[in-house]
Amino acid sequence: MTDRVLISGDTVPKLPSHVKLRFNKQRDQWVVLAPERLLVPDETSLVILQRLDGEACVSTIAGELAEKYAAPAEVIEKDIIELLQGLADKGFIVS
Amino acid sequence: MTESTSKGTSETADQSESAAVMAAPAIEAPLAILAELTHRCSFQCPYCSNPLEMEKKEKELDTKTWCRVIDEAVEMGMHQIHFSGGEPTLRDDLEQLVEHATQAGLYCNLITASSPRLDEDRLRRLGELGLEHVQLSFDDVEAENANRIGGAKGGHERKLLTAAWVKACGLPLTVNAVMHRQNIHHIKEMIDMAVELGAARLEVAQVQYYGWALKNRAAFIPTPAQLDKTTKIVEEARERLKGKLVIDYVIPDYYAKRPKVCMGGWGRRFVNISPSGLALPCHAAETIPELEFDSVKDHSLAWIWENSPAFQRFRGTDWMPDPCRSCDRKEIDWGGCRCQAYALTGDAANTDPACELSPFHEKIFGMAEKEAEEEAPEFIYRRFGVTFNTPH
Repeated sequence: MTDRVLISGDTVPKLPSHVKLRFNKQRDQWVVLAPERLLVPDETSLVILQRLDGEACVSTIAGELAEKYAAPAEVIEKDIIELLQGLADKGFIVS
Repeated sequence: MTESTSKGTSETADQSESAAVMAAPAIEAPLAILAELTHRCSFQCPYCSNPLEMEKKEKELDTKTWCRVIDEAVEMGMHQIHFSGGEPTLRDDLEQLVEHATQAGLYCNLITASSPRLDEDRLRRLGELGLEHVQLSFDDVEAENANRIGGAKGGHERKLLTAAWVKACGLPLTVNAVMHRQNIHHIKEMIDMAVELGAARLEVAQVQYYGWALKNRAAFIPTPAQLDKTTKIVEEARERLKGKLVIDYVIPDYYAKRPKVCMGGWGRRFVNISPSGLALPCHAAETIPELEFDSVKDHSLAWIWENSPAFQRFRGTDWMPDPCRSCDRKEIDWGGCRCQAYALTGDAANTDPACELSPFHEKIFGMAEKEAEEEAPEFIYRRFGVTFNTPH
């Protein structure tokens, strides 16, 4: 058993190997596939999940998205942490 | 983000997307396929959801047909495949099927009870071929009681070994704890065991009563007091283990106020293929005598999904009588479980008696509660397949 992953600005989050972000051609839809679960990310969640490369930390990602979408980085960082903490508690994100 | 379960057993209400862009045929494709590769099994669990009449090995689909079915599932837009049974690892071609499904783009899940044919080498090979996740059932924490329940000598010991192999191969593990009155006193220890085995997920599944389990209901059904105690322990553990162990909890729906969202709705989310190729809307659907099933040997999966009368019979809400018809939850629970409605009321089109709005609810609840208070009868075992000490 591992300890609970707590997401902060310094965390380098990624999908564990058994959780897959995939594009379903037939449905024309992005999905996150996990054991017995299926998540359909909304547009914002998808942008965040696609950016997880196991190298960038949350603050870096927030900075990039802030620039891209012309929004305050603190607000974006807070949104990212909220999304990823929820996913981490279900086992869909590791660091 | 919307979340759905990709197997029909969970309580999670399904609020998945309906991104139907096309105007015309509105039957959305299923999310997942349950491939029951065989009815053979090393265990004889008296709560098995397989039909009482099991299909023989000679009738099982061959590799080529399964591969075609997998291709058709992908073509329809399905996301996941669950290899199940019986005991799927008793099929020699499991590797080929996992490889084929992975390459076709399906997320592969193995639902196993462990078997003499599953060892570390085979698990590693399956992982390399694309298997994403293993779900392993346990009957208790004490070997003696576990093996009595599962009806297999050495079964519990094999399960413990299998769990260790799964972890050694780096595969994620879900422990499936099948709980009932003969092991419910060990719920806390079962949770501890899941943690010790390194499981990321624990499914605490109370027995659901159809197939063999209905035959053995009096031996399984817990009292409401036992259930309440269990629920408290599970809720405490969920909080304590947040972020470490995800616990899914399914209560026996006899004691629920509303029915379970069975299979996410009939003919709506899942398709189950029996070992011989019959396409079923759920794994227990054969218990409903009025239904006739089509085979993947005769039709494509897409044709069956849209046209097979068995799938159309209880799809949507048009078939519903009252109290379902006028209920504001009819598109949440879809009327509950058809197999249970048939088993307990004699008519599969009745409201699931698990719902307290069903006129049968009081009577059935009373009956089950009475059974739970009385001494548990002997199990009627499901005997079909190879045992741990039998050469094959």
